[in-house]
Amino acid sequence: MTDWLIKGAAPLGGAPTDLRLRDGRVAEAGTNLSAAGAQVVDAAGLIALPGLVDLHTHLREPGREDAETVASGTRAAALGGFTTVYAMANTSPVADTAGVVEQVWRLGRDAGHCDVRPVGAVTVGLAGLRLAELGAMASSAAAVRVFSDDGHCVADPLLMRRALEYVKAFDGVIAQHAEEPRLTEDAQMNEGVVSARLGLPGWPAAAEEAIIARDALLAGHVGSRLHVCHVSTAGSVEIIRWAKSKGWRVTAEVTPHHLLLTDDLATSYDPVFKVNPPLRTAADVEALRAGLADGTIDCVATDHAPHASQDKETEWAVARPGMLGLQTALSVVTETMVATGRLDWAGVADRMALAPARIGGHPVPDAARGGSLAVDASASMTLFDPAARWKVDPYALASRSRNTPFAGRDLPGRVVATFLRGRPTVLDGKLA
Amino acid sequence: MKHLLSAEDLGRDEAIAILDTAEQMSLLGDRSVKKLPTLRGRTVVNLFYEDSTRTRTSFELAAKRLSADVVNFSARGSSVSKGESLKDTALTLEAMGSDAVVIRHPASGAPHRLSSWIRGSVVNAGDGTHEHPTQALLDAFTMRRRLGRVNDLSVTIVGDVLHSRVARSNVRLLHTLGAGVTLVAPPTLLPVGVETWPAEISYDLDAVLPKSDVVMMLRVQAERMNAAFFPTEREYSRRYGLDADRMAMLPDHALVMHPGPMVRGMEIASEVADSVRSTVVEQVANGVSVRMAVLYLLLGGSPE
Repeated sequence: MTDWLIKGAAPLGGAPTDLRLRDGRVAEAGTNLSAAGAQVVDAAGLIALPGLVDLHTHLREPGREDAETVASGTRAAALGGFTTVYAMANTSPVADTAGVVEQVWRLGRDAGHCDVRPVGAVTVGLAGLRLAELGAMASSAAAVRVFSDDGHCVADPLLMRRALEYVKAFDGVIAQHAEEPRLTEDAQMNEGVVSARLGLPGWPAAAEEAIIARDALLAGHVGSRLHVCHVSTAGSVEIIRWAKSKGWRVTAEVTPHHLLLTDDLATSYDPVFKVNPPLRTAADVEALRAGLADGTIDCVATDHAPHASQDKETEWAVARPGMLGLQTALSVVTETMVATGRLDWAGVADRMALAPARIGGHPVPDAARGGSLAVDASASMTLFDPAARWKVDPYALASRSRNTPFAGRDLPGRVVATFLRGRPTVLDGKLA
Repeated sequence: MKHLLSAEDLGRDEAIAILDTAEQMSLLGDRSVKKLPTLRGRTVVNLFYEDSTRTRTSFELAAKRLSADVVNFSARGSSVSKGESLKDTALTLEAMGSDAVVIRHPASGAPHRLSSWIRGSVVNAGDGTHEHPTQALLDAFTMRRRLGRVNDLSVTIVGDVLHSRVARSNVRLLHTLGAGVTLVAPPTLLPVGVETWPAEISYDLDAVLPKSDVVMMLRVQAERMNAAFFPTEREYSRRYGLDADRMAMLPDHALVMHPGPMVRGMEIASEVADSVRSTVVEQVANGVSVRMAVLYLLLGGSPE
C-alpha cells in the first residue's frame, strides 16, 4: 500500500506536524519529514482528527434502497469525515438475525468507504415482544455489540431488563430509543407553545425522560450497559447526570440537529424538520450543549435518516420522521460547540471518535493518548479545514435522499480528506 | 392578501376589510337574483379531504354567487382514494388552471404545504386541529351584526379546545379585533402551551357566564371519552354543557353560538340551541357572505 505523507496538519488543533501513514498506522510523526516514496497531502491549516465514528446511522439497505444504500450512505459518511458507522437495525428485513447483520457488514466491507458495524435488533422484528438471537449476532462475522430497536422503544420494562442482562455475556450494550409509546400516540412534534399554536399533536419531553429514568434504574440494578440514543431534552440530561453520579454504566448521545435546531421550525409545516425525537426548545438546545461539553452526554451521533422525497413532500402528519446528518455533522458541531468555546478539538475528537468507538465496543487503538495521532496510532483520520465555510445544497450531498434540515444554511468547516487505515477515502473534499 | 391560511396572518385592517366586504355581499342575499359577475371566468376548486357538506356547500354558493366556475374535488370518487399524494393533486389542479383552491384536510398545515406547490390562491377551510379561519370570520361577523361591535366583547369559548381548529382561529381573530376571550374546558382538553395564547383560562363555566357577551360552544366528540379526556358524557355535560339553567345566568343581550354540527344533549341542550339567543342558523347564512368576501378579496375580482 502506498505511503502517505500528511504535511503540516495540526493533530487535535495542536502544533503543525507531518504524519507518515504506512500499513494502516501512523509510522512517523515530526517536522520536515521526507516525502520520499510517499504521496503528499498539503495539510497546512488543517486540523487532524481521529476518523469519526457514528454510533447511529440508517443506511436503509436492505429494503429501502431508493432512499439510501450501504454504498451511498458510506460515501456520505466518508465525505463527512467518518471512518466507522454503526448501521441501525430497522431495515426490511429487520437486522434481527445473524444472516442480515452479516449481509450489511459484507456490503460495507465491499463498498470500502468506511467500516460498517451493524447494530442488531433487540427484539424480533422490532416488535417489542421477544428477544432476537442476540448471541448469534454477537458471534457472527459482524461481531455485533450494539443492540437497538431504534425507531421503536423497548417499552416493556421486563423485556428491557432481560435484554440489558443478557448482553452482559458478550459485553454488549442496549441502545434505547427512549419514547414511552402511550404518551406519544400520533405525536408529531415537541409538545409546547409551538405545537399548541400549530395544532400538531405533541410529543412531551416526559415521554423520553420517563423511559431514560426507568432504564437507568434497571441498568443500575443489574449492572449492565445502557446507551441512550438521541437525547433531546434538558430533563434527560439531568437524569443521565444523576445516573452517572450513581456510578451506573449509562452513556448517551446527542444529534447535531438537536444541538442547533428548535421546534419553531415546524411553523413552516415542512416535514424536512420532522424528526423523532422531535426538535425541542432553545432551553433544551442549551442544556444539550452544556451536557455534551461536560461529558454528561458522551458523544455526538448523527441519526442520519434518509427518506425518499415522496415520504417527505407531503403533509406533515404523513411524512416520515428523520434527517440526513453524516455530511453536516462535523460542521454543525464546529458551529455549536467549537465556535462557542464549549469544546476544543481534543474534545471534538473525544465526542465524535473516541467515545462512540468505546461505547460501540471497538475502541480506537490510541484512545489512551486521546486520539492524538502520535506514532503507532491507527491511520484512520480526517483532515478538516476549520476556516472554510460552505452552503448546504441537498443536491450536492452523496446520500440518495435530500432531506437535510440544513439546506441553504451557511456552515463552518470542510472535510478535506479522510483516511481509513492509511488509505484515502476522501481527498480534496471528493471521494478518492 | 394572496392566501387565507390562518387567522393568525390577518391584521386588524385586513380582518375588518373582510367583514365590511361581507356586509356588502350579504345585501345580495336579500335580492331575487343572488349573483354578481365579479369572478366570471375564474375557477375555484373545492378540495375536500373530509366530509363537510356544510362548509363545502357554503364555499360553493359563495363562489357561484360571484359567478366563478366551481369544481368540487372530494377525496371520495377521485384518485385521492387511490393514494395520489397531495402534491400530485395540487399539480393536477394547477395544470387545470384553477385560480383558487379551497382546501379542507385532516392534517394540520396541509393548506400551507399546498400553497408552496401551486401558483393560485389557497383558502384554508379547516386543517386538522390547526385553524378554520373563515369560521372565525363568520363568527366575528355574526357578533358584529348582533351586538354592534367585536371590540371589547367578552367571548367565552367552551369545550374541546385541544382538538378545535375553530377555537384556534377564533382566539387569534377575536384578539386581533379587540375582544377578550376566555377559554373554558376540562384541563385535559386544553393544549399544553395554551397559557401563551391571548386568552384567559377557566375551568368554571358558572363563574364566567354572567360576564359573557358571547358564549361559543364547541362540539365534543364522544370518542374523546375513550381516550380518557373525561370520564363520562354525563359528567362532561354537567360540568361544561350549556343547559337552560346555565343560559339563564347569561346577561340578557348575550349570544349563544355554535360552529356546528351540534351534539344536542352533550355540550348544548336542545332548548338552548333553539332559543332566541342562539345564532346557529344565522351563522350558516353569514358564512356564505364571509366566504364571498374572502374569495372576492383574494381573487381581486379581475384577471391578474
